[in-house]
Amino acid sequence: MEMSVTAAKQDAIVFKKQSQAKEIWRRFKKSKGAVAGLCIFATIILGLAFADLIAPYELATKQHLADKLASPSSAHWLGTDAFGRDLFARIVHGGRTSLTIALLATMSSCILGSALGAIAGFFGGRTDSIIMRALDIFMSIPDILFTMAVVFALGAGFTNLLIALTLAYFTNYVRLVRSQVLNLAELDYVEAARAGGSSSLRIIVSHILPNAMGVIIVNTTLNVAKIILYESTLSFLGLGMPPPAPEWGLLIADAREYMRNAPYLMFFPALAIVLSACSINLIGDGLRDALDPHLKS
Amino acid sequence: MNITPGDPARALLGVSAPQADVDALNHQLGYDLPFFQKYVNYVKRMVVDHDFGLSYFTKQSVFNEIWPRYLVTIRLAFLGVFLAALLGVPLGIYAAVKQYSLWDTIPSIMAFLIAAIPAFVLGMLLLFIFSLKLNLLPSYGINSVKSYIMPALAISIPPAAMNLRFTKSSMLESIRQDYVRTARAKGAAESVVIWKHALKNALLPVITNIGLSLGSLICGAVVAEKLFSIPGIGSLIVDRIAYKDEPVIIAGTILIAICFTIVMLIVDLIYAYIDPRIRAKYARTKG
Repeated sequence: MEMSVTAAKQDAIVFKKQSQAKEIWRRFKKSKGAVAGLCIFATIILGLAFADLIAPYELATKQHLADKLASPSSAHWLGTDAFGRDLFARIVHGGRTSLTIALLATMSSCILGSALGAIAGFFGGRTDSIIMRALDIFMSIPDILFTMAVVFALGAGFTNLLIALTLAYFTNYVRLVRSQVLNLAELDYVEAARAGGSSSLRIIVSHILPNAMGVIIVNTTLNVAKIILYESTLSFLGLGMPPPAPEWGLLIADAREYMRNAPYLMFFPALAIVLSACSINLIGDGLRDALDPHLKS
Repeated sequence: MNITPGDPARALLGVSAPQADVDALNHQLGYDLPFFQKYVNYVKRMVVDHDFGLSYFTKQSVFNEIWPRYLVTIRLAFLGVFLAALLGVPLGIYAAVKQYSLWDTIPSIMAFLIAAIPAFVLGMLLLFIFSLKLNLLPSYGINSVKSYIMPALAISIPPAAMNLRFTKSSMLESIRQDYVRTARAKGAAESVVIWKHALKNALLPVITNIGLSLGSLICGAVVAEKLFSIPGIGSLIVDRIAYKDEPVIIAGTILIAICFTIVMLIVDLIYAYIDPRIRAKYARTKG
C-alpha cells in the first residue's frame, strides 16, 4: 500500500516535470522571433562544430600571396585577406574560438556569481554585508579598466581572457541571485526543509536554486550575446586573443587597413558577430516570455 | 600591478641589459620598495602635495602628461552620454505613447539590432560611409569640432538604443497606472497627462540608466580613441601597461574613477530633485 502511494507520487512528479518543460516549449514556440533565433543559432553551432568539413583549417592559416585581397568568388566564397587566406574559413574557425570563449566565460561567471549571490542572500547579516560591499567597490571601477588591468597583468591568451571576462560579468549574477534568494528564503517550503533538518547547502542547492533557475537562465542567455560583443571588442583593442589565431574581433581589426579596397573584409566578420548576438538575444527574449508569462510586456 | 612578472626597468632597458643595471634603475625609480610602503608614500604625496609623481617611461610629470588627454576623453564620454540621452529618451517616450504604431515598431527593431552590434563595428561603418565614401568628416585625430562628431556618434548609438528600450518600458508601465487614468478622467489635456503625470514618474529609472551608461561610454571612448587615433587617456593607459609605467596607469585609473563617482553623486542629487518622496525621506531623518 505504502509502496504504491510513493510510486504514484513519483509518477506525479515525473509527469509534472514533463508537462512543465512541454508547457515552456509550447509558449516558446509561439514566438516566431525566438524560433527563428534558435534556428539561426543552431545552424551557427552546427557549422562551427563541423568546421573542418566545411572549410579545412589549413585554408584559414596558409598564406597564398598570389591571390591576396581577392574579391568574393566561387573559389573563395567571401574573398581572401591580405595574405591570401580564405575569409570564409577564417570566419568559421574564428567563430570556434569566439563562441567557445563566450560560452565558457558565461558559464564560469554564472557559477561564480550565483554561488556568491546565494551565499550572500541566504546567510544575510555580516556575510551579506562583506560580499555586497566588496561587490560595490568592484562595480565602481568601469569594466574596461578592470579588464585591461587583468589582461595586461596576466598577459593576453585564452585562459586569461576567460578570467577577465568572468570577472567583468559575474557581478550582475550576484545581485540577481541574491535578490531571488532573499525572496525565496522567506517561503514556507524552505522553513519546512529547515525544520526537517536539512543543511544550508542542501536547502540552497535543492530548494532555492531550482526555483531561481528561470531568472538565471534568461540572464545567462542574454549574457552570452553581451560577452560575444565584449570579447570581440577586447580582441579589437589587442587585449584578447593573440594575433595569429583567427578570431572575429581580430579579423575586423585587421580589416581596418584595407577598408578602402576590400571593405568585405570588415563586413563579413561583423555580420557573423551581429548574427550570432542577434539570434541569442531573440532566444533570450523568447525564453523570458516562456518562463515567466507575467513579465510579458 | 604588483603581482605581475616583469618590472619597468627591464621594459625600459631591454631584455639584454645586465641585471645590475636593471636593479639600479628600479631602485632609482622607487619600484623596488615593498608594496605597502609604496602605497603609503603614494597616498601621502598625492593628498599633501597634489603630485602624481613622474612617469617611469617619459620622466615627465604624470599630471601634465595625463591632464590634456583626460579632458579629451571626458569631453568625448560626456558628449556620448548627452547624445545617447538626446537620441534614446524622446524616441522611447514617443514609442510608448504610440505603442504598436510604426513609431513604436521601427525604433524598437532598430534598437534590437543595435544591441547586437559592437561599438567598434558601428564606428568602422561610420568611418566607411562618412570618411571614405562621402569624404565629409576627418577620419583621425581631434583637431576641430568636426572630428568629435563621428567618435561621439559611434559610442553613443549603443547606449542610445538601451535608453530607448528602458524609457519605453518604464513609460509603458507608468501610463497604465491609476493616477494616469485619474488625470485623464478629470479632463487634463493629453500632453499634460503624458508630460506631467506619466513622464515624471517614469524618469527615475531612466536617469539611473543614463548615469550607469557612463561606464560603458568610457569603454566606448577607449575603443573610439583606438579606432579614430584620438589622443585620449584610455589609449595612453593601454600603451603604458606594456611598459609597466605604474604612476601613469594608477593616476589615470584614479582620475576616471573620480569622474565616475562624481557622476553617480549627481545622479543621486537629481533623484532628490525629481522625486519629492526621496527628498522627504532625508528631510525626516535629519529632523
